[in-house]
Amino acid sequence: MSKIWLITRREYLTRVRNKTFLLSTFLLPLMIILFVAGSILVAVQTKSHHRIAVIDANGYFKDYLKGDSTMAFDFSPGLDTLNYEKNGCTAVLIIPVLQEGVKKECRLKYKKQLGLVATEELKEEIHHAVSDRLVFEKTGISSIQLDSVRSQADIAELSSYEDTGGKAKASNQGLASGISYASGFLIYLLTFIYGAAVMRGVMEEKTNRIAEVMVSSVRPFELMMGKIIGIGAVGLTQFLLWIVLLIGLAAAAQGLIPQDTMRDVQSIQQSNAMGGGGGVAKAGEAAWEIYKLNKALDSTNWALIIFCFLFYFLGGYLFYSALFAAVGSAVNEDPQEAQSLMLPITLPVVFSFIIMSIAVQDPGGPLAVWASIIPFSSPIVMMARIPFGVPGTVPWWQLGLSMLLLILGFLGTTWLAGRIYRTGILLYGKKPSWKVMWKWAFRRQ
Amino acid sequence: MNILEVTDLQKTFASQVAVNKISLQLGQGSIFGLLGPNGAGKTTLIRMITGIFYPDEGSILFKGRPFDPVHDIVQIGYMPEERGLYKKMKIGEQAIYLAQLKGLSKQDALRSVKEWFVRFEMQSWWNKKVEDLSKGMQQKLQFVITVLHQPSLIILDEPFSGLDPVNSNLIKNEIYELARQGASIIFSTHRMEQVEEICDHIILVNKGQKILDGTVSGVKQEFKANEWRISVDSKAAADPDTNLFQVMEYGEGRYTVRISHGFSPNDVLRYFIDRGIAITSFTEILPSLNDIFIQLVKGTPSARQFQST
Repeated sequence: MSKIWLITRREYLTRVRNKTFLLSTFLLPLMIILFVAGSILVAVQTKSHHRIAVIDANGYFKDYLKGDSTMAFDFSPGLDTLNYEKNGCTAVLIIPVLQEGVKKECRLKYKKQLGLVATEELKEEIHHAVSDRLVFEKTGISSIQLDSVRSQADIAELSSYEDTGGKAKASNQGLASGISYASGFLIYLLTFIYGAAVMRGVMEEKTNRIAEVMVSSVRPFELMMGKIIGIGAVGLTQFLLWIVLLIGLAAAAQGLIPQDTMRDVQSIQQSNAMGGGGGVAKAGEAAWEIYKLNKALDSTNWALIIFCFLFYFLGGYLFYSALFAAVGSAVNEDPQEAQSLMLPITLPVVFSFIIMSIAVQDPGGPLAVWASIIPFSSPIVMMARIPFGVPGTVPWWQLGLSMLLLILGFLGTTWLAGRIYRTGILLYGKKPSWKVMWKWAFRRQ
Repeated sequence: MNILEVTDLQKTFASQVAVNKISLQLGQGSIFGLLGPNGAGKTTLIRMITGIFYPDEGSILFKGRPFDPVHDIVQIGYMPEERGLYKKMKIGEQAIYLAQLKGLSKQDALRSVKEWFVRFEMQSWWNKKVEDLSKGMQQKLQFVITVLHQPSLIILDEPFSGLDPVNSNLIKNEIYELARQGASIIFSTHRMEQVEEICDHIILVNKGQKILDGTVSGVKQEFKANEWRISVDSKAAADPDTNLFQVMEYGEGRYTVRISHGFSPNDVLRYFIDRGIAITSFTEILPSLNDIFIQLVKGTPSARQFQST
């Protein structure tokens, strides 16, 4: 045991002392933030503006098609399908005479595609215009009156509560899927990063020929476990540093919210605490969003999520890193050789990631349930289900079974990898196939 | 008491018998030569003695008790033929780490490392990395790491390969010194000439089998061809006509003769004295281990390997 500890300590210290550790710990989240912020910025900035010429046979669309910041309508009488481009329009819309009960085609002509978003928006606008017009024809209520009613109608807010038997618990689908996706993705990423680190470490020992010196002092299994545990500890350290970083950033973000908005948030909280009877008149949209986010954050079972995350991170890491170690022990200097042997390991991980993105949409579906129990995919898929609620979405028995199977699973892969490792680490020459490695694992030693 | 007794050790890989019923005994403080060509099974035999492989059959007694790799491994120092160290790790730190893995406490490891570094004049290397050392320096470091924990059994696989004569001598003297202090040493090599002067006892292995076992002088006596070299002062007949001996070679007053069966060296001396020829030297020609090995495995591919060197 003390030898594993010595090896673990060396593996841990040489990695944590390395500059690349600090760099990757702080640069990786920064890069993710920059990437997300950048893509949002680009999406907002590059929204294209459309000016659409309208040829209206009914004569009333001028009053109903309103347009917005990204889309404008031009009803100038001289416009037709030949000169719309010269007049600065990107497309021309031809609306035939519409009759109640008869569906007709409104044609849009263009040289360059408007794009999916703009086309959807245009469809919406036309539908709106027609229904407003029909309302006016039947009841005499003008579109201006309708709009003013609409703007006042936003007084009911849907909040979901999970039925846990005794008392209802607030839940937030958006936040839950966010956490699901983030934790599933993080485990996916970390499994690869640290699994590959284990493999590289083993390959280094083999190509440096220190393996034989080492196994004359320690058993190969101790050497392998020391490395796996050491690198796992590096992963945990990195993860804890990220949590600290995240809390720091969240605090900083809270400081950026304007004072007025925060006051509104507080008044919403107070009024809802009094039974929801009072209501808040002029709380802004932003305040409502923050209030809902806060409520969801408060109601999320953070202790369970963090515990499960650590469990599934470690479980998944141990499950896969042992296999990565086995591959590392089997190959020689050439990284190309490792690629082909790694495929059977990387495939289930990538596959779990795909199942995870389905599980985020439908956390109770049979695919998500089974994939979250089988140890090959459970670390990634189960983490995507847990934020939706335990024991609501994920019954206790599923969580328990999944954890048990994962523990048995990594004991199994570690045993298997240990047997491949102790033969492979001392063998040079031709790259073995999986079949040969299988023989190493099951022959009598 | 023998520190190591190996009886009928056998190991088979797939269909190939790597080690076939080899037995050997190693006394305390002795230097033992394990000889054989590449691929003879030396490394496999050593890996079983160091607990890296389990033997298929046979037994290993270490200090009179069945060998228990987990506990006895700390009393063995093994320098494999393929040397290896962590390239990016500082030398002092690395030596202490490896000594700790051999069961030394941190303080003992530090003291022992310092002692050996002083003895080999390596103090200034402490904070260097292995990748900054020359090959010869790495060899010295590897030797130091092998013997740091005062093992009672030291196994050296080709310890002099890649070393210059100065460093070879340095290590050779340390080997003698360690043996004098009571450590037993197994010295594995395919370079026979290195063994002749160092080893007390040798075994020769070929194709997994032991084909020779004995002391260096004993083996040579066993395989000598009764050939002598005689140098004479005056001019004598190039081809003495006698049935006492056969002249194998003659040149500038030096004969190489093989004494015929039933006669002794004294008869040969008397032959020359009787003819008034002054003898300046008379020595027995003993075969080298290399010659003996070639004689034993004549015609096999391994023999050719030795004739070329």
